[in-house]
Amino acid sequence: MKCSIPRTPISLSSHPDESGALTLMPLLSQKPKRAPRPRGVTARALPPLAIVGANVEARLGGVTVTALPQGALWVGEAKALIVSDLHLEKGSSYALRGQMLPPYDTHATLMRLASLIDAHAPEIVVSLGDSFHDGQGPARLDARDRDLLQSLIARCDWVWVEGNHDGRSPEALGGAVRDVLHLGALVLRHEPTERATAGEIAGHLHPCARVSGRGRSVRRRCFAFDGERLVMPAFGAFTGGLNVRDKAFAPLFPDGVTALVLGKERVLPAPYERLLGGG
Amino acid sequence: MDTPTSALPPRFEAWFAGRGWRARPHQLELVSRAQAGLSTLLIAPTGAGKTLAGFMPSLIELAPLVDEGGLKRPHKLHTLYISPLKALTTDVARNLETPVREMQLGVRLETRTGDTPPHKRQRQRAYPPDMLLTTPEQLCLLIASEHARVFFEDLQAVVIDEIHAIAPTKRGDLLALALARLRRWAPSHRRVGLSATVADEDALARWLIGTEREEQDVIVRAPPGAKPVIDVLDSDARIPWAGHLARHLMPDVYAAIKCAKLALVFVNTRAQAELTFQELWSLNDDLLPIALHHGSLDVQQRRKVEAAMARGDLRAVVCTSTLDLGIDWGDVDLVIQIGAPKGCARLVQRIGRANHRLDEPSQALLAPSNRFEVLECRAAQEAVLEGALDGADARVGGLDCLAQHIMGCACGEPFDAGELYEEVTSTFPYAELSRAQFDRVIDLVATGGYALRSYDRYKRIVQDLNTGRWRARNAAVAQAHRMNVGAIIESEMLDVRLAVRAGVRARPGVAKGDAPLPLVAGQRLGQIEQYFIEGLTPGDTFLFAGQILKLLGVRETDALVVRASDDNPSIPSYAGGKFPLSTFLADRVRQLIHDPKRHKKLPQQVRDWIKVQKRRSVVPAPHEMLVETFPRGAKHYLVCYPFEGRLAHQTLGMLLSRRLERTGKKPLGFLASEYAVAVWALEPMGDVDLAGLFDEDMLGDDLESWLAESTLMKSMFGKCAMIAGMIQRNAPAAARKTSRQVTFSSDLIFDVLKQYEPDHVLMQAAFADAGEGYLDLKRLGALLRRIKGNIVHRDLDHVSPFAAPVMLEVGRVPIQGAAEEAILEDAASLIAEAMS
Repeated sequence: MKCSIPRTPISLSSHPDESGALTLMPLLSQKPKRAPRPRGVTARALPPLAIVGANVEARLGGVTVTALPQGALWVGEAKALIVSDLHLEKGSSYALRGQMLPPYDTHATLMRLASLIDAHAPEIVVSLGDSFHDGQGPARLDARDRDLLQSLIARCDWVWVEGNHDGRSPEALGGAVRDVLHLGALVLRHEPTERATAGEIAGHLHPCARVSGRGRSVRRRCFAFDGERLVMPAFGAFTGGLNVRDKAFAPLFPDGVTALVLGKERVLPAPYERLLGGG
Repeated sequence: MDTPTSALPPRFEAWFAGRGWRARPHQLELVSRAQAGLSTLLIAPTGAGKTLAGFMPSLIELAPLVDEGGLKRPHKLHTLYISPLKALTTDVARNLETPVREMQLGVRLETRTGDTPPHKRQRQRAYPPDMLLTTPEQLCLLIASEHARVFFEDLQAVVIDEIHAIAPTKRGDLLALALARLRRWAPSHRRVGLSATVADEDALARWLIGTEREEQDVIVRAPPGAKPVIDVLDSDARIPWAGHLARHLMPDVYAAIKCAKLALVFVNTRAQAELTFQELWSLNDDLLPIALHHGSLDVQQRRKVEAAMARGDLRAVVCTSTLDLGIDWGDVDLVIQIGAPKGCARLVQRIGRANHRLDEPSQALLAPSNRFEVLECRAAQEAVLEGALDGADARVGGLDCLAQHIMGCACGEPFDAGELYEEVTSTFPYAELSRAQFDRVIDLVATGGYALRSYDRYKRIVQDLNTGRWRARNAAVAQAHRMNVGAIIESEMLDVRLAVRAGVRARPGVAKGDAPLPLVAGQRLGQIEQYFIEGLTPGDTFLFAGQILKLLGVRETDALVVRASDDNPSIPSYAGGKFPLSTFLADRVRQLIHDPKRHKKLPQQVRDWIKVQKRRSVVPAPHEMLVETFPRGAKHYLVCYPFEGRLAHQTLGMLLSRRLERTGKKPLGFLASEYAVAVWALEPMGDVDLAGLFDEDMLGDDLESWLAESTLMKSMFGKCAMIAGMIQRNAPAAARKTSRQVTFSSDLIFDVLKQYEPDHVLMQAAFADAGEGYLDLKRLGALLRRIKGNIVHRDLDHVSPFAAPVMLEVGRVPIQGAAEEAILEDAASLIAEAMS
């Protein structure tokens, strides 16, 4: 397994309950206790966030995370770049079943990821699950895309956080595979848990926001965020989205959600009241 | 042609005589032409006995066969009838049953539509009726079945109803291809097209018989009915400068309804229907039974209205194009058109809904809603009385439809590419298709047709090694195709439902909970386009199903609403007419404006308006285009008057904005109406080189770079991808379980394809569609050529009489691209405020 011991104080660490394979490394900050949230409180404060240039910075579990307009999350103090739901080889997966979608999605997704890695020079890259659209995806990679992916994996500590997806494990390509990853006070897992510890970052749901105004509306991918947890947008070129007002999000964000919407060049926060449900 | 009456067998002669009728000459002519095996395009006005004319030859041929064979005769399909409307199929079947029963013909007559249960379809395939009445989509399905050849090989006649409405559409492309397939299996069958009056009869005749046959004189014309009596409503009320509601004419419209037995009140959009209905009700002191009918209403609701019409219980129905075609719902004696008719053929069709009797003139009333529409209504009135009609340009067959047809053929019996190419090019829409292009479409069907990386391993159709014939790879692929047949892509609809509190009402003695019960979806009022709701913000009110509703929110596929107490909906309405002004009618409006002799018939207000325009600016000659520039407020305006319809104008406005941006005029936005385009900017535009600005080369790079970002292009592509089978609308049950976030949107596919293979065959198809319809590029190109050297410019101090209506027109379009981001910025600024 090619996963070196990290050089930064924040480190790859695996929860001992869940895999036990790695020993706990020293953490930058203590894992904060989950503050009990008073029920039935109607006035909802905006979660802690700030617009910084093209990005939005948010405080999550005591750590500053930066939502990038490309749909990736940057954790500066760990030099970690997090992307979720790449769904590589989705095009060929549909082609298998007779829908001949353009076979360029993997390349498009990897090229976008490559330019992010160029720009941020991360020490850790986390792919937060559903990295391939199906279990046979890695086998269907063509030579060019396989080389491209492996050259990216070689550039940093690469972690696949895959959750419980049978047969999807892409570890043969390099990198480490984890069910859950602790990054300082942050807990990274593919599928959000209903009773989460504060500081959970997950994917799986592909949040999208529909923002209305000026007599029409715009639908874009977004980060879903409430100050306690964050759900990543899907990064893959062909991945669709689920409206953050869909009932699937309700148990995760009982007090509503702020959408950090991916604009063309910047991330734009939109409060719950401005979001429209539906498709 | 002179036909002796003896063309009819005694049984038929007696039947006509028994009813006190005589067969009409064109009906007899169709009988004798059928006996000679000739195809016919019958052009006839409504009420001319068109349908009977189409079926009678088949009934005459079938009668002796039935007599001889009785119930034991073999099941062979003799006549196939195709209509664009499911409801028309059922209606025609019912009407035919009467003569069949009364003459005791014993003909087996069945319908087959989307509503036909599977077991009946199965039986029909094994035991075909003598006559099958169906839709183009069902024909495509039959062709994609394995035993299609056997099913069709005894076919003698194909009757295509309302052929003028099908031919110039994508459904027409699919039907033309399907007919060519039938020609291969049943080479000697004859075709009968039943059509309303059209401008280009020859093109329609060629569409009907295809290019391989050299039949002369295919067209038979029934005598035209009495000329309609058309009036343009002229009232003393002030004629509005702009707007589409004709509110000022409603008292006159109501008075006309009172004098009629049953009036059809046609409008151009659903929103107009709602508003007109509301206006009429507010005037309805006599409590006349007036109803509303449009495509978004619940089907049950529409059926109720139709039944009430047929019973004669109604005095007026406000309706959209849902009642344009086909079925007779009652004794209509007056047709009222609210707003301009947009095209003469459409107007004639609508007027034909009144008085389905040939000898009596139809009564029609046009109610123009603004000054330009007064001109348009006059021009249309004159044209209809002259019998002049606007024609649609012949359509070039879509490559997406061809792809669907090829897949369908492969699901039936294996085909040879060369043979199929010949068959395809024998149809009118695909006559010019090159072999290279055809082969690209085969590759599209087989592997997706990608140049840089191939799906060779997953082919949908495969070639037999020995025969070289193509067939569907397996049963699953064929099944998926059959679930996705057709060219009608419905826009996404949401159910409009009244919201109700969940649970039961609190009982006395039971403590009420603190929180109100959650709202849940209740009674369904109908369906509404998703894009309309997406433009609203919760709390907005709008008109629907004759009432004012407040949007609470969208939940899954329901738009939750409550009845609002407001008098005026906050979201006005007019989303733009569905049909742009026809080229033909636009020409006539331009001539009318310029010809003072014809102004006498116009209302005084409109004459004054034109007179002042002449004094302040200029009234252009028909071949000229006027451009006015003037300042207003802190902005500078450029208004031009091409009269080419809203779609072409929108494209023009977009392209002008781009060019003005480049010349440093800082354009801020534009408006496009049916008659004019206005662009406003920060800098004065009086000094712009107009010949350069309106040069035809704007259809090159400017267009391409705009299209690349256009949401319109994305939606065109999505539709093409669905028709071509790249994206399947309906998946087999097993695949449908996948949750919503795993599906993909055609926009994402468009983005990737545009980046990696911008000249893919489906990108070409989407571009062709955008050019045909939504961008009206053909028309814009013709305009730019027409006005070359004929631009008249006036640099004015202030707004001119012609410009005023344009400035008031709704439908302003902010500069594309910036707009979407602006919506997001608006929302983000709220956060910034809250946090400062």
